Amino acid sequence: MRGWIAGLAILLALASPAEAQLFDKSKFFSSGLDSETLQGAAPYGNPIPDNRVYIHGFFDQLEGRIGDGQYLRWDGQAWIGNDYNKLWLKSEGRYNPGNRGRMEDGDHELLYDRPISRYFDVQAGVRVDLDSSRTRTWAALGIQGLAIGFWNVEATLYASDNGHYALRTNASYDLYLTQRLVLQPQFETNWYTKEDRGRGIGAGLSDIDMGLRLRYDITRKFAPYLGVAYQRRFGGTESLTRQEGGKVNDVRFLVGLRTWF
Amino acid sequence: MRGNRFDLRLDRIRINKSGTETWANAINGIVPGPVLNWREGDVVTINVTNNLPEMTGVHWHGIILPNPMDGVPGLEFPGIMPGETFTYRFPVVQSGTYWYHSHMGYQEQKGVYSALVIDPAGTPLIHADRDYVVVLSDWMDGSPLVVQNNLKHMSDYYKFNRRTLGTFISDVEQSGLRATVKERWNWADMRMDPSGLQEPTGPAFTYLMNGMTSAENWTALFQPGERVRLRFTNTSAQSAYDVSIPGLTMNVVHVHGNDVVPVPVDQFRINVAETYDVIVQPRDGRAYTIFAQNFTRSGFSRGTLAPRPGMSAAIPPFDAAPMRNMADMGMTMMPGEVAASNPDRTRMDGIMPSMHGVTDAEKERRTGYQEKLGLPAVTKALKPGVEQQYVLDHSFDRLDLPGDGLNHLMDKRRILTYADLRSVHPGVDKRQPTKEITLTLTGNMGRFIWGFNGQKFSEVGPIDVTLGERFRLRFVNSTMMTHPIHLHGMWMELENGQGEHRPYLHTISVQPAANVSMLVTPVATGQWPLHCHFLYHFEAGMFRTLRVLPKVA
Repeated sequence: MRGWIAGLAILLALASPAEAQLFDKSKFFSSGLDSETLQGAAPYGNPIPDNRVYIHGFFDQLEGRIGDGQYLRWDGQAWIGNDYNKLWLKSEGRYNPGNRGRMEDGDHELLYDRPISRYFDVQAGVRVDLDSSRTRTWAALGIQGLAIGFWNVEATLYASDNGHYALRTNASYDLYLTQRLVLQPQFETNWYTKEDRGRGIGAGLSDIDMGLRLRYDITRKFAPYLGVAYQRRFGGTESLTRQEGGKVNDVRFLVGLRTWF
Repeated sequence: MRGNRFDLRLDRIRINKSGTETWANAINGIVPGPVLNWREGDVVTINVTNNLPEMTGVHWHGIILPNPMDGVPGLEFPGIMPGETFTYRFPVVQSGTYWYHSHMGYQEQKGVYSALVIDPAGTPLIHADRDYVVVLSDWMDGSPLVVQNNLKHMSDYYKFNRRTLGTFISDVEQSGLRATVKERWNWADMRMDPSGLQEPTGPAFTYLMNGMTSAENWTALFQPGERVRLRFTNTSAQSAYDVSIPGLTMNVVHVHGNDVVPVPVDQFRINVAETYDVIVQPRDGRAYTIFAQNFTRSGFSRGTLAPRPGMSAAIPPFDAAPMRNMADMGMTMMPGEVAASNPDRTRMDGIMPSMHGVTDAEKERRTGYQEKLGLPAVTKALKPGVEQQYVLDHSFDRLDLPGDGLNHLMDKRRILTYADLRSVHPGVDKRQPTKEITLTLTGNMGRFIWGFNGQKFSEVGPIDVTLGERFRLRFVNSTMMTHPIHLHGMWMELENGQGEHRPYLHTISVQPAANVSMLVTPVATGQWPLHCHFLYHFEAGMFRTLRVLPKVA
């Protein structure tokens, strides 16, 4: 006699209270359903924490840009949240120890992030330009995600209270030369609708910052790299930079570390 | 441990499995825990004492029992709090090879699992001179929560067999630039990689056989000519294996706790939570390697069958790592579209058998395997979104294919498929199903969100059925992973073309774009989990409740 044939009979019997006495009247043989457990999907609490909060911080760029007037450049992000609601922190800038510790291009954003499609999230929040120049505050609205071909893309629109608008785009791609040696092209642009002399910015396309970085994933979270970066300022920004004696056209070798936790 | 009364104690201990000392959750001080030996017809009493710093619940996988004894905290009982002892007590109404594990959080990954063998009440159908349990597991040194966290940020964190510039160049040489670019474009459009088969995989794990590494070489003894029963039990959190014993034919005699008509094979795939019992009869007084290579070919465990301790045989090389093509995924492939190739330049057509250099008659036979089944309305209605990466064009009956990376070897080896499984006994419930429940397996790999019908557990209520009701359960896989879907508390009778001798399964490994159906009769009321048994998938939402309601008089 096949065991579970008997099992079927026994358990069908168990579902009926009278028959259950054959075994034991203890609660262990109760059906497992009562008025309370009928109410919800998880009567004693959620069995699956599928809304767990996760947290990460990462530096895509943490590098020294070598040459005349060398400086440290960082571009980092952090997020905390569950699948649908995240708080996103972004920070980038340059620190120039040679030039009295001057900080430039300081752009710090605190955003609420929500996925809207398979590959893209919308982000909304505030941006603060905080460095050695005048401080500016913006409202931010953007998208971030994975474009076709596994390009990581970000595009954010900004509006300040005195009627300035700005746009920033960033794109990067990981080209795996081997399982651990990765060549990453990266391209950032900044656009402004109005001149802002306090920050040395003209109207129109202000600047591009592009890089080609060759990293080695010793681990996924610890990947030193070498590369070359090219920074170019345009239009009004170019003129203002020239007046201040800055470089408008700058190619540099760089050495850095891509890291996250 | 044998008997009908057991005391199990869960403790946090220090352990060294990989060469690094780390923490584990042990049952009675060991990992894996003790193998439990029950007898059909007994009422077993199991006292589980929780000395872990967190709540636990021990689940008896594949066992038919009353709902509050099934051990899923939250759903079926309140869980066992730290310091508490919970007494499980239920009649054993079946026999065969099963396993048990913690159903709370990631405790299973860190050691709370072992095999469960139930002796039949009557005369066993299967005769063996030696009988061994072979517990396959994927040990992890670190914290599983860190792994899940990594996957949420970078879903291919543990993949070190991706396609690179090198494979692009070799594909161009083999197929031409145009075809290669087109193929790469298709994958890029889906933000997927054809080598993305399993996450996490090899680099995250140390593979164990009965708790021993390949170097420790677990050994089963035999005398030449003896019939040896090996009860393979995949207790891994996230690893499927292809098992072979070079030099021996394995007769598959018992699957998921139920006897099947013996199938002689050279190799079989065992997905997470499955059990396969094989009989081997080594004639020579030499050592044979029991080889379990993981699905992504990034790790293996091995043991040895030998007449004396201390012997070993050669460890075979890995088979080629599987790669997928668009057709595997249920996408329409255009004529002339090429599939990915391996670094060794062999064309690897994933699930679809390779048609290159095959006679027309053979093509005919193979395409016969691939009967397009269309899509159920539930699947067809799904749209891509945050929780679902892509929609199928077709689904397939893939029961007679062993799966990725094995299909092209079917001419060279005997490889087990679900279609081969024929239950020794005909099914008990002859009724036709009165309704059909379809679940589409869905997910978004990049976001590492998994679910059914585009929703994760917390977003949707239970599926209601009635006690004793006969229904058909259908799974259509709209992801690129081969998910082992487990239904608690009742059997799934796989409709695999064996008529009334359908194999009774507790877990079904569903290949990408596959469309499989099972007949089910719920035998006990309660909230029964239905979930993917990949730990990192069900913890990310690939979990549902099948609520069995009492019959209304």
